[in-house]
Amino acid sequence: MRLSRTTRVALGTVTVVILAVVYLPLGVVFVNSFSTSRNLAWPPPGFTLEWWGRAFRSQGALEALATSVQVALASTAIALVLGTLISLALQRHSFFGREAVSLLVILPIALPGIVTGIALNNAFRTILDVRLGIMTIIVAHATFCIVTVFNNVLARLRRTGTNLEDASADLGAGVWTTFRLVTFPQLRSALFAGGLLAFALSFDEIIVTTFTTGSGVTTLPIWILDNLFRPNQAPIVSVIAVVLVAISIVPIYIAQRIGGAEQIQK
Amino acid sequence: MPLTTDASRAPSTERAGAVPERTTPARRLSVFLNTHARARLALLLTVPLTWLVLVYVVALAALLVTALWTVDSFTGEITQTWTLDNIITVLTGALYQTVTVRTIAVAVLVTLIDIVVALPIAFFMAKVASPRLQRILVIAVLMPLWASYLVKAYAWRSVLSEGGVADWATGGNSPGFGLPATVLTLSYLWLPYVILPIYAGLERVPNSLLEASSDLGASTVTTLRLVVLPLLWPAIIAASIFSFCLSLGDYITVNIVGGANQLLGNLVYTNVGAANNLPLAAAIALVPIVIIFVYLGVVRRTGALENL
Amino acid sequence: MYRTTAHRPALVAGIAIVSVALLAACGTSNGSSDSGAQEKLEELGEFEGAVSILAWPGYVEDGSNDPEVDWVSPFEEETGCEVTSKTYGTSDEAFSLMKTGDYDVVAASGDASLRLVAAGDVAPVNTDLIPNYEGIYEFLKMQSWNSVDGESYGIPHGYGVNLLMYNTDEVTPAPTSWSVVFDGSSAYAGKVTAYDSPIYIADAAVYLMATQPDLGIENPYALDEEQLAAAVDLLKAQRANVGEYWSDYLKEIQAFESGDSVVGTTWQVIQNSVTTGNTAVVLPEEGSTGWSDTWMIASEAEHPNCAYAWLDYIASPEANAQATAYFGEAPSNQAACEFRDDCEAYHAGDEEYAAQVWYWSTPIAECLDGRTDVECTDYSAWTTAWSEIKG
Repeated sequence: MRLSRTTRVALGTVTVVILAVVYLPLGVVFVNSFSTSRNLAWPPPGFTLEWWGRAFRSQGALEALATSVQVALASTAIALVLGTLISLALQRHSFFGREAVSLLVILPIALPGIVTGIALNNAFRTILDVRLGIMTIIVAHATFCIVTVFNNVLARLRRTGTNLEDASADLGAGVWTTFRLVTFPQLRSALFAGGLLAFALSFDEIIVTTFTTGSGVTTLPIWILDNLFRPNQAPIVSVIAVVLVAISIVPIYIAQRIGGAEQIQK
Repeated sequence: MPLTTDASRAPSTERAGAVPERTTPARRLSVFLNTHARARLALLLTVPLTWLVLVYVVALAALLVTALWTVDSFTGEITQTWTLDNIITVLTGALYQTVTVRTIAVAVLVTLIDIVVALPIAFFMAKVASPRLQRILVIAVLMPLWASYLVKAYAWRSVLSEGGVADWATGGNSPGFGLPATVLTLSYLWLPYVILPIYAGLERVPNSLLEASSDLGASTVTTLRLVVLPLLWPAIIAASIFSFCLSLGDYITVNIVGGANQLLGNLVYTNVGAANNLPLAAAIALVPIVIIFVYLGVVRRTGALENL
Repeated sequence: MYRTTAHRPALVAGIAIVSVALLAACGTSNGSSDSGAQEKLEELGEFEGAVSILAWPGYVEDGSNDPEVDWVSPFEEETGCEVTSKTYGTSDEAFSLMKTGDYDVVAASGDASLRLVAAGDVAPVNTDLIPNYEGIYEFLKMQSWNSVDGESYGIPHGYGVNLLMYNTDEVTPAPTSWSVVFDGSSAYAGKVTAYDSPIYIADAAVYLMATQPDLGIENPYALDEEQLAAAVDLLKAQRANVGEYWSDYLKEIQAFESGDSVVGTTWQVIQNSVTTGNTAVVLPEEGSTGWSDTWMIASEAEHPNCAYAWLDYIASPEANAQATAYFGEAPSNQAACEFRDDCEAYHAGDEEYAAQVWYWSTPIAECLDGRTDVECTDYSAWTTAWSEIKG
């Protein structure tokens, strides 16, 4: 299909417009982080760098950020392991209940967050009788992060096939050696992409987290929720959002490079 | 299947002098696993399945069982007397029917809007943009995902509020808070999740097919309709799963920009928290669960689940 | 692709389902709290170094909201008990949060306190261990909402009323009646706000007491089916003009500041916090509902000694004055007025005035106004009605 010039230009324009709309609220947040108005009136009455200074000194925000990073790293690690295991099982084997397992992996993310949240809250408190805290959050997050890793690894396994692994086994390598030297390198970029998405998912998750957190543990989204309407803290929330978006360029860019490099190799 | 399972033949690619032990337990285990697919499968599946069942399935089942119980209104304790009352209330109560219809309508509207907006941008990214521009565009689409969901919803609250950006831009005609604002904000929040699968799906449509179609004399529109769309359909459905399922249970956005409205998620939330009536909340939660199961069952056939 | 077929698939699936169901059914039993009489502390021991408090916003201020407003730091320095606090928006939230067992102390209004006692979530308070208890007004002690069977369950904190707040630029003439949010609310359609809790039904009942006396409502918390239906109708009519309901007081502050809400129910602390200067409050002529709060101690408190220390501290004249002044209510300590100059305005120590306020109480089937010929609607009926009102 050869697209006429007008079509290309039209598509390009539409894309630009859509992206502009996507970044408009983020722009508002950016401007608000410099606004002197505490309740974020528009247009901003004045400009100040006070909030930026306060944000970096805010104990609550920094602690919440650290907790979020911890939780996200732990959940991603668990999800990577579990997701890889499941996708290896589903892709390389055919067995009764395969579809059920596939559905089971998707459920934590397909069902509404509040359902997952109250189910886990109920289970933790009454059946398992554990105190809600950082461990319960990690368990909850890992459960719904499995699917992002699962999808990416499954797609990659489908593309690479079993030839190399068969050859490796023919040559006498044990199961673990085959995995370590043959399968894993092929999966690496898929694992990175899946892990990155899992990290982002866990980092920004609010609904399930509110139900599985103990009173002393605050992740960044919970901190934001608590402070969203506070006049002294709302602008700090804006600062944090801007910083997060800015920082996110790095891992996304890396993921793109790795994924792109692989495509060139093909 | 590997050609050899006999470990007694020394592999020739091993480094000279490093002949492996033939009978170590690790080696024997490896051989066993190589030959017994079922054992491999079991080993692969045990840990993740145990995790998922113990953590998730049991929790979900426990919650749904609670729907069949009641709560003592004064003390707030759950009494394990079996009754279908809660489920009947949810199925027949006018309030629940209205809210369910409202929630489904919002979810469908959000999905449609997102797909309509995502198609042109995904097409541009996949088929028109140069590889370098493509990479930039993907980054540009993914970056907003990292701005906190709450901050984005709140940004829309300040945009739509009295004297906010929308008022300023439209000269006082901002839609204000309410269902339109909710649909707008939800569409905005889930857009990246919808763009990505469609973009991935479009990438998989080989350019050669499009060129062949054009060579055979089809116009652009015909090509899109008869070649691209059928191939893209699973990806579109996969994208719709995200926006539909995420919208169906959302209660935070409604709290922030929805004015006085309630959706299913809010009903569940008030019953768990303020009303302290977990059995009723569980019964209400059954509604989106059933809807989503039905939706997943229907889309399974289109192969969308492979494209998530 | 390796083919693996499990034998007897149906049996395996069946066992799986049954075991999951059994496990699930055995669970969801309730925690170890029993609803019998709780133990009260007999004597104070060592301070534990920490205390966790659940309270209305503005009750436990440590300077993070406004650096000038801080009565928590002196307490922490004096006792070494580090305070972590959580605020809640409605009594229902407080009630369900106390069930988690995470909090040592809770400031509960009258509509939550008795439910907490009945659920066994709070323990009786040994007032001998609290020196400042003596200085509290007698008419606040051992009332129906803070004592059961002659046992005190907490320390009175203060009392106040729900007020009508309005935007002085938009709402003219200045309202003196609740009619501006009920019958007259269409004038401000889309900008009316109301408190997001079933207890607000009592506010509608207070209005009906004045406007529809033939309904025979004596106590806004004692409503039989017919009276409740009338209140629900009034609220459904109001709903058409409501822009937002509020339970987070900060959200209401922001809504009034931006102009999204122009009239509605409020607390004094909200009026005090609005910075745009174009709002005012009034106690309407029909009267109003209010609250009298009690500091209570959790039955399974992890830090009971620090909890008692807090109760004593917050009942002391100066702290009591600071906290109640900030929130905008009358203090409970008789000497607190030495530290406040607005005691008159809040009717501090005015027993007659205090008796006229319709304090938040939990509606129960046994009519609170003493009627025995009808059954009154209880709180769960109010909760269902509230969901229906919001639609």
